[in-house]
Amino acid sequence: MTIRIIPRLDIKGPNLVKGIHLEGLRVLGKPEKFARFYYEQGADELLYMDVVASLYGRNNLLDIVTRTSKEIFIPLTVGGGLRSIGDIRTVLRAGADKVSLNTAAVKNPEIISEAANKFGSSTILVSIEAKKQPDGSYEVYTDNGRERTGVNVFEWAVRVAELGAGEILVTSIDFEGTGKGFDLELIRYVAAAVPIPVIACGGAGQIEHVLDGVKKAGADAVSMASIFHYQYIQKCLSNDDYSSEGNVEFIRSGKDFTKIKGASVYEVKKYLTENSVSCRFLEQGNVNG
Amino acid sequence: MGEDSKALVAIVDYGLGNLFSVKHACEHVGLDATVTHLKKEILSADAVILPGVGAFSHAMDALKHLDLVDTLKEVGVSSKPLVGICLGLQLVMTESYEFGHHEGLGLVPGRVVRLDRPINFYETLKVPQVCWNKLLYPKKDVGDFWRGTLLEGLSHGVFMHFVHSFYVQPDDPSMILATTQYGNVEFCSALTCRNIFACQCHPERSGVHGLQVYRNLAMKLNLSL
Repeated sequence: MTIRIIPRLDIKGPNLVKGIHLEGLRVLGKPEKFARFYYEQGADELLYMDVVASLYGRNNLLDIVTRTSKEIFIPLTVGGGLRSIGDIRTVLRAGADKVSLNTAAVKNPEIISEAANKFGSSTILVSIEAKKQPDGSYEVYTDNGRERTGVNVFEWAVRVAELGAGEILVTSIDFEGTGKGFDLELIRYVAAAVPIPVIACGGAGQIEHVLDGVKKAGADAVSMASIFHYQYIQKCLSNDDYSSEGNVEFIRSGKDFTKIKGASVYEVKKYLTENSVSCRFLEQGNVNG
Repeated sequence: MGEDSKALVAIVDYGLGNLFSVKHACEHVGLDATVTHLKKEILSADAVILPGVGAFSHAMDALKHLDLVDTLKEVGVSSKPLVGICLGLQLVMTESYEFGHHEGLGLVPGRVVRLDRPINFYETLKVPQVCWNKLLYPKKDVGDFWRGTLLEGLSHGVFMHFVHSFYVQPDDPSMILATTQYGNVEFCSALTCRNIFACQCHPERSGVHGLQVYRNLAMKLNLSL
């Protein structure tokens, strides 16, 4: 099997943003531009997360999803603030291939089975935000790590799979945005606990972390934001057209990304392959080649 | 038809699946596409695509509820291209063993069976298979095996995106166009039978190589307009 590399794009209104650990959001630019760049580099899927997740600005998200889906022919997962079967249908009709549920699933687990029945298991991804507790256990959080739920992460993962989710995305709230690597203990336990694919998310700051997530923790796919965004923005810093869109001064200053070593999707895959992890490359199976 | 008219593809809408991805792929290669559950539109289109993800029995129930079973059977024995994608491939088979036993559209003799968690050396692989995997020639030393099919122009080993927990076993192995290996399981990932082409992967979500399948369909339809 091949390991999937999934750039994660956090979206607020019409913009791609990046949450900086404990500091809030920064605008990086237009999500479609980043999405196209990653597609052309061989990204296996894309993940769009609406970080504001309120009804305001939802039209922005749907427009972005439709434009992306018309131009980019890899699976697109959309999440953030989807509360009902109607919300899920709307996002799918806009052109998403899968949806990611978090808060709605914790509040009403039946929505997982209902959505899986209606749209197919493989369409429903459940995102689990996990935070390590003083006693060493992991607790499920919602609302971008703001709300505790009292639910144990591993019990929840097993339940989510039983209810018919097609995949689980696991994000460590403690590691997210730090660039110090995935929470390998967390990923390993969840990946071993469920029969469905597990996507590791949150914390990767360099390509070695990606290899650890796959080899040491058994993730089936890896989702990252900073590593890719950083590399893209560095490449585009000379581009005047770009600087009018995104606030990249903070990246130029090097302040926020000190722990991040940027890499392209291709470089990540090349590194994994050199370390005997199978990945898909664009040039394989070329048309007429 | 006038010179400027495009071939029209009917994408069967029975409530399941990434219909809009399929539509966008058709439009990208210059086809007109309509997402529909209306018999008239399905029968008058130049080609029909049966997409879908989800459970086999739900899909058959939905097709029955929309009274489309006979319509699709009619298309399946016509000269009009019928393309099955993912669950659409499974639906054209005779029967499925997905959670019980269910009758399919019966257009291709064979059955749908569960992908039991395959073994890859020491590890047990996840089901559903959600990843990019290779389309392989079913036999060795066959030259340009996909010439004249919707896989024309692609080479042995091309990557496509898969999402599935079941796979098909056609009775007649000569219908198998491509196989795919997942752990220790090698299964039929594309087949052809009369006017039917069907694949387990999602060409509309498989980048430039997947779009080649749609391009081949467009070329075929434009030649016959």
